[in-house]
Amino acid sequence: MLHSRRLILAHFWLAFAGFGVALILGEWQMFIRSPLSAWIGNPEWYYRSVTAHGTAMAYVFPTLVAMGFGYAITEAALKRPLIGGNWAWAGFALVAAGTVTAVIPVSLGLASVLYTFYPPMIGSPFYYIGVVLVVAGSWIWVALMSVNLYTWKRANPDTPVPLAMFANVAGSYLWAWTAVGAAIELLFQILPAALGLTTTIDAGLARVFFSWTLHAIVYFWLMPTYIAYYTIIPRAIGGRLFSDPMARISFALFLVVAMPIGVHHLFADPQVGAGFKFMHSVFTALVALPTLLTVFTICASVEIAGRLRGGKGVFGWITALPWRNPMMLAVTFSFVMLGFGGAGGLINMSYQLDASIHNTQWITGHFHLIFGGAIVIMYFAIAYDLWPHLTGKALDSFRMMRIQLWSWFVGMIVLTFPWHYVGILGMPRRMAFYDYTDPAIAPQAVSVIASVIGGAILVVSGALFVAVLVRGHMAVRVEPGEYRFSVAAHQPARVPAALNGFGLWVSLMLALTVINYGFPIVHLMSLRNTSVPVVWIGAPR
Amino acid sequence: MSSERLFSLRNRWFATAAGVTALIAVASATVGFVWLPLLQPTAGFAGLWDAICSAAGLVRAVPVAEPVVQANYKTTNVNLSSKVPGNSSAISIGRGATLAMQCTMCHGARGLSEADSPNLAGQYALAIFKQLQDYKSGARISAIMGPRVVTLTDQDMHDLAAYYAYLPRLPAYHPATARPTPRIVESGAPMRNIAPCASCHGSIDYKGGSPWLEGESPVYLMTQLNAFASGARHNDISQQMRNIARGMSPAEIEAAALYYASQP
Repeated sequence: MLHSRRLILAHFWLAFAGFGVALILGEWQMFIRSPLSAWIGNPEWYYRSVTAHGTAMAYVFPTLVAMGFGYAITEAALKRPLIGGNWAWAGFALVAAGTVTAVIPVSLGLASVLYTFYPPMIGSPFYYIGVVLVVAGSWIWVALMSVNLYTWKRANPDTPVPLAMFANVAGSYLWAWTAVGAAIELLFQILPAALGLTTTIDAGLARVFFSWTLHAIVYFWLMPTYIAYYTIIPRAIGGRLFSDPMARISFALFLVVAMPIGVHHLFADPQVGAGFKFMHSVFTALVALPTLLTVFTICASVEIAGRLRGGKGVFGWITALPWRNPMMLAVTFSFVMLGFGGAGGLINMSYQLDASIHNTQWITGHFHLIFGGAIVIMYFAIAYDLWPHLTGKALDSFRMMRIQLWSWFVGMIVLTFPWHYVGILGMPRRMAFYDYTDPAIAPQAVSVIASVIGGAILVVSGALFVAVLVRGHMAVRVEPGEYRFSVAAHQPARVPAALNGFGLWVSLMLALTVINYGFPIVHLMSLRNTSVPVVWIGAPR
Repeated sequence: MSSERLFSLRNRWFATAAGVTALIAVASATVGFVWLPLLQPTAGFAGLWDAICSAAGLVRAVPVAEPVVQANYKTTNVNLSSKVPGNSSAISIGRGATLAMQCTMCHGARGLSEADSPNLAGQYALAIFKQLQDYKSGARISAIMGPRVVTLTDQDMHDLAAYYAYLPRLPAYHPATARPTPRIVESGAPMRNIAPCASCHGSIDYKGGSPWLEGESPVYLMTQLNAFASGARHNDISQQMRNIARGMSPAEIEAAALYYASQP
């Protein structure tokens, strides 16, 4: 029974509203820098749009989904009303206010710095203040997840923490710690410059702080998706979770190794030593471990479902799966995109191979495939699964859901595969204009047009998604019953203390942060004369 | 569960997790800081510690290299900033107007030239100030301008710049038909690393120190672009204009000059 339905719905709807606007902006960006469109004449419009797209998609949308889903998990898994409902609304208000505060200067062209900030470019202080408010709102959520978990644990000292809640709190702790890097960069470097208190900035140090956030933020986006893999999918397709402890180990490993690896974004940056780049490369490779554990566990769980439905033999269980069930489609598409995206990621994290695709369109293709594809398609699945419990009304447009999931999958492949390809050809990212009349890049025109078509399919799919949810609000009233999570094949009555809390894993996370980031940060801070004049964006010159 | 002691070496979860993490950290550090650097025979490390310091990103003694190449011509010594050229008070403008009497022969009574010398009325103060400085220092060479700026003080140059910036920017030339914007002006040539003219000289963006060009004489604009391309003019900071002009085709130089000349 979900008590805070309005709270959760508010999070989801604000998230999806931002997502819808950013989706259209994204397709516009693809279009205007393709050969299909005449050059818009002013790159500022393009960067303005990219900033809005990135800010909405990276900060607002996934954060709100994680928060809303987190509140739902807390009530459904712990089987009690959320503690701190008013605080949760305050957090939501901060995120909403932060979004508006950030979007206004961006729309006015006063902060076209892209969501990754890129100092020494400095935009309007309101943009950064807005982002800080969004993060502050999400930290209230982190605190509430912690409070709810520990209150429950005190009341139930001998019961294992439900897997969904364990994973949810792991995600919130990961976010709390990973956001610190960008928070330090914003509060101590960027905002003083944006407010005019300083006129120079150490861009190299700022990039190191941002890398602290930039990689693990992807795992924060990934957390709701992984929670859905483990705790929704097996139940939704009529199976059992293969292993509960394996799931806990995966989430614990994400907590440990997702964060101290961000320097692989700085392979081409001179201010970090090669030794640290190598260490971060090694630890990035380790992230494959919890992902591969997950792939194994979920495939095994799906096989259980197939066999329970009468599937026999080596492959017979696959055809026995409920392929008309949107949840089955979603997890399949998500895994396919995770597979391709993960394979591309292995290239990005390799110190040597990265050199061939660094700062090319390959990277943009990669993170769209992982985030927009593997992750976001499961956000859709989460919304479809939760909606009847939130609205108290039936969500039965199954055909529309299937079309929506298929079109999202096809659109994302058509968008990102050519994108990877032009990256290998050397097409740089973050450029507003490409002269396709030049014979050197004319052959890339076809691939870019294919990406535009992929983007258009995604826009249609996004509209379908919203339509499905809106229809859900107008459907007949039903009693959805209790919201349940997957049951493990062997539901544990006891789990080791290490897998029932976060002390060990958070300690390892902090220790690895000190080892992998401590020296580079202290060293860069100790250097003199490394700051450069800030470049004002959108200011009269 | 609650009675189990977690942070103890007897707890196998703690021992394994901490041990494996430490092992991976030590192994990767050994490879990254010791083994890989020492595999590079050309790196010329003085020893193990030197290799470790290099891999840690420490700034080491820079090898004695050849001396920095100096230009064999005079380069500009103007530092552009928002504080240059200072205030443009009424007194400053008035003084500038008086000083400008000696400029009228070529630049017109109100800053609008009837020869092929540039129109100065309404020109950015920063641009005028920089050119006057460069003529005086010899970074920009002109048989006509050189002798005239010898006696000007910095304040004189501020005043002249303030006066011309104050004058209304009237078009000297009204074209019968407007020309379409040439590609080089609007989008540059990214494959040749040429930024659009409009990204510094106005209409897309304005960068400090660059003049506006609309309504200038096409002969003057073409002469200057060719002078940048050949290196005869070299007072642009960090070769900004020389790098651009060198990459432009003669047709693009002509198109850009004719376009700007025809703009109101």
